[in-house]
Amino acid sequence: VNDFREEELLADTIMRLIGDVRHVAVGNASPIPALAALTLRERGGGMPYVSLLGSRKHMFFTDGGRELFDCAGQGRIDVFFLSGGEIDGEGNVNLVSIGDYHQPKARFPGSFGSGYLYYVVPKIILFRVEHSLRTLVPKVSFISAPGGNETNVHRPGGPIALVTNRCLFSFDRGRKRFQLESVHPSHTVEEIVENTGFDFDRPRDVPMTEPPSAETLRLMRETVAPELAEVYPQFAQRVFGVALSQSA
Amino acid sequence: MLIGAGCVETLETSAVSLGEFGLAPRFTAAVTGKTIRMMDATCPALHAAVQAAEKGVPFMPLRGLIGSDILKHRPDWRVIDNPFGNDDPIVLLPAIKPDVALFHAPLGDQFGNVFIARDRELMTMAHASARTIVTVEKLHEGNLLENPGLSAGTVPGFYVDTIAVAERGAWPLPLLDHYPADGAHLAEYAQAAATAEGFARYLVEHVFAKKAA
Repeated sequence: VNDFREEELLADTIMRLIGDVRHVAVGNASPIPALAALTLRERGGGMPYVSLLGSRKHMFFTDGGRELFDCAGQGRIDVFFLSGGEIDGEGNVNLVSIGDYHQPKARFPGSFGSGYLYYVVPKIILFRVEHSLRTLVPKVSFISAPGGNETNVHRPGGPIALVTNRCLFSFDRGRKRFQLESVHPSHTVEEIVENTGFDFDRPRDVPMTEPPSAETLRLMRETVAPELAEVYPQFAQRVFGVALSQSA
Repeated sequence: MLIGAGCVETLETSAVSLGEFGLAPRFTAAVTGKTIRMMDATCPALHAAVQAAEKGVPFMPLRGLIGSDILKHRPDWRVIDNPFGNDDPIVLLPAIKPDVALFHAPLGDQFGNVFIARDRELMTMAHASARTIVTVEKLHEGNLLENPGLSAGTVPGFYVDTIAVAERGAWPLPLLDHYPADGAHLAEYAQAAATAEGFARYLVEHVFAKKAA
């Protein structure tokens, strides 16, 4: 078995979820999805197209911040990634605050593009590295974007899965419910039940998440890590030891 | 930093953070301490509302948002039934007409033209705002609009009220294509801003201190 870091396993899991698509976009504060998307493109000899927010090199858009959203609204983005300060069992994500909205106990940065992209991008992959009772909750305090809608609401998109540091869940949009798909190496089903604040389905035997191949790890470390440093210098330094460039 | 310094009464935004350096502590303190009024939005709503002002129309429709608490807390936003569809609810956002747009760009010229390259949200902001004030890295010799390589990425001086040269004016943030973020300084800021006292010291040292020209 290859030695791998947690970030590499999560990115590899995300690569499998992305599947065979044309265009993957990566938003703010998403270094692990960025690692996944760029590695997949490297392995695919240039496909899928990847639009990495904050990058000059890995970005097609030339019409300002709105182009990502316009592009998504037309259905030209197949996959996007969202996280949440809280995520609940119905796939609702909270990027705003804990407690009453007008008297919050804790405040997160804000909803970013979630209140729109969660609806219009066909495959939304949720990622939340910290898998705990405070992040995976029975009911979110604030719905930045709902897991599902009434049938008359225009909603071609939504969540397909949730990746955490402990496991992979799939999401059933019809039933608005997560199912445990696989448990990461060195973690257990019992530990996941204990650390998840919502109910979820699970098969009798839950497989282990497949570890990344030697070739995938090589691509991540040798080719993609230095590319990642353009947008995520701190992450690339911490995970892959890419030297921080001096400010010019 | 404006929030930390008490200069902001109301904030309409889709997010405030320090990127890889985490939460913006003065923003967090202001919201939890209720010293600012929040109008939470989502990124494309702000882009669309500024585009409405750019077009001189009163509102813009946007997909998404229905069923979210963002919408629930925005009484100024409306949901209508798409008049061209059948049972198709859609959100309407009133135009955002800024009094002033402020931004930093790579180049300006003596005609008030400003080169923004690909960052065309700056074009939208200038179009939509009553006044536009810009700092630039340096002055371009000649007229930016007469240079075919640069003119498509140039805000015409018609929209621009004032230009000032401020070399490295985006520091410690990056100016894409020109210089990267100053990570060490951002880390220092994040640490200082973690407390009100540390933030006050930072202001004295880096903002209020007059630097010799």
